[in-house]
Amino acid sequence: MSSKIELPPTYKDIEDLIRVDRLPTIWCPGCGIGIVLKTLLRAIKKSDIDVDRHVIVSGIGCAGRVSGYVRLDSYHVLHGRAIPFAIGIKLAKPELEVTVVSGDGDIVGIGGNHFIHAARRNHDINVVIVNNMIYGMTGGQVAPTTPRGARTTTTPYGNIERSISIPLLAIAAGATYVARWSVLHVDHMMNSFIKMFRHKGFAVVEILSPCTLFASRNGIELLQLYEILRRKCKIVSNPDPWESHIDIFGDKPIILGEFIEIERPSYEELVWSSIRG
Amino acid sequence: MQEVKWRRLPLNSNYAVAYAVKDCDVDVIAAYPITPQTTVVEKLSEFIANGELDAEMIHVESEHSALSAAIGAAAVGARTFTATAAQGLELMHEMLHIASGLRLPIVMTIATRALSAPISIWCDYSDLMNTRDASWITLIASSAQEVYDSVIQAYRIAEDPRVLLPVMVAYDGFIMSHTYEPVYVAENPEVIREFVPRRKTWLTLDPDKPITLGPIANPDWYYEIKYQQVVAMEEAYKVIKEVDEEFGRRFGRSYGVIEKYRIEDADIVLLTYGGLFGTVREAIDAMRKRGINVGGLRLRLWRPFPAEEIIESVKGKKLVIVLDRAISYGARIAGPVALELMSTMYRMSEKPEVLSVVVGIGQRTVTEEDIAEITALGMKYLEEKRVPNQTIYWGVRA
Repeated sequence: MSSKIELPPTYKDIEDLIRVDRLPTIWCPGCGIGIVLKTLLRAIKKSDIDVDRHVIVSGIGCAGRVSGYVRLDSYHVLHGRAIPFAIGIKLAKPELEVTVVSGDGDIVGIGGNHFIHAARRNHDINVVIVNNMIYGMTGGQVAPTTPRGARTTTTPYGNIERSISIPLLAIAAGATYVARWSVLHVDHMMNSFIKMFRHKGFAVVEILSPCTLFASRNGIELLQLYEILRRKCKIVSNPDPWESHIDIFGDKPIILGEFIEIERPSYEELVWSSIRG
Repeated sequence: MQEVKWRRLPLNSNYAVAYAVKDCDVDVIAAYPITPQTTVVEKLSEFIANGELDAEMIHVESEHSALSAAIGAAAVGARTFTATAAQGLELMHEMLHIASGLRLPIVMTIATRALSAPISIWCDYSDLMNTRDASWITLIASSAQEVYDSVIQAYRIAEDPRVLLPVMVAYDGFIMSHTYEPVYVAENPEVIREFVPRRKTWLTLDPDKPITLGPIANPDWYYEIKYQQVVAMEEAYKVIKEVDEEFGRRFGRSYGVIEKYRIEDADIVLLTYGGLFGTVREAIDAMRKRGINVGGLRLRLWRPFPAEEIIESVKGKKLVIVLDRAISYGARIAGPVALELMSTMYRMSEKPEVLSVVVGIGQRTVTEEDIAEITALGMKYLEEKRVPNQTIYWGVRA
């Protein structure tokens, strides 16, 4: 079905980690997920963890397709269930570095309860949430992360609901590393990915990623959405999670940074130490 | 009574659902996006936002919550709707039994889709067939017009005091959900609303007369309560036919519980359901021209199963070929409808042979040529007196 794709030279360093035979990706031109994938693969290379020990788990949605494009052990599971699947892997084989990559709808929408309880138990897994603020794959319906006022196919005159703030939710639930960047902040994203691999405990990295459908439903060009991110994103050191709410069309800045980085015994450490006595 | 004025619109089956739901003046809709159902709810969101439908839309975070919200709304007397497909229907499964056990007249449409794993967004009926024992009345439509008409009939059936069971209206994902056909919709929906009048026929929560819905039933009563669902299904069978006939008298279209196509003088009958029946009809016409005595039967009603009509239609035939688009793994006859047909026919004194064929899994294309080849194979088996007592998996690369 797909014609043979050759990767440009800039992909040389990660070519061995991409399933070139699966390209082109299903992502729309201009989508941010490709940037996340590229950065994640570079971070895996720099992680000091053997590539063979890395596992990628994803749920359903555009970001969920990441697992199909990586030449690593990867699992594409049910909608919302990437986190429990990842926990199972980590408990059975603690030596593996398990990373969930999925979208906002998958992880804090339909899978929200798993996210809360995995954070509470501080499972030693990594969760990369590509937040495009909409259900993109199904054509642009309102999601729990859709900012108030935004138009979607199911809120044609604007969303009236308050959106979830991922950093605030993650911290409240017990996550021990939480960062937020956008696809325009590749270096920061890379550092956070490397940190999350090293971190012992539940690490959450939220990446704001412009969606072409989100833009078109709101009557703007995709590039304008990138411009909004460029203009509004503000990197703060030790940001206040209470200030992390995203107000995409308003005046308030979108706060980026590392919201929390603390040490607390992970579930795996506790469970293995109790078994070993 | 006001005469109905029809407007001919190009609609796919998803939009046909949305128009029917609007015309039935539904109060509460709760749904979660899933391909290939999503445009049903998108269209309904548009109707609500534009003030064409006075309803509440709840954007829930999963299908489990979608049906839960519909159950809550129905429990206070609202006319409710939800729609889903595949994994969404599976995630609802627990609530399917709650809706029917509480005897709430919820209507849901299913754009049928294959189940994971591996992931497939394409059409087959494995999602629907998994709900067989959930005590939902299940209609399977084969055109966008029938989808529109069936959703209207569904509210009338569900809310009938003799029934009070939830109703599913299913149709092919993509093949029908995304294919445009000319559909007559009412220009004056009041007429439709007259056909599905608002009646409070079911037990609802009421602060003035407090009741509890769904509490624990111990071994001394649980059985009797579940038996009421058995009786309700039997009653439903009559009501479904009544409603369809009345719909026909009122609006000029009716479908019956099964659809027959050129079977009067046929030796061989092809039995199937959903959009595939269109292909089957075309194939029958082509085979008839070649002198093959073949006819078609379409199952429009899956639950309750139209046993009498089926027996009547297959009586005196030599062979019934059942084309199923789902697999009951581990069963010797693995086509769910073939299995049902064979158990229904067990007491017939002179019964036709039955050939169970699985086709179209994960939307593997089924052409007229496939139907003709399957029929030829069936005829060969019949002639050699060796119709296999197990399912044929048509076209699989085994």
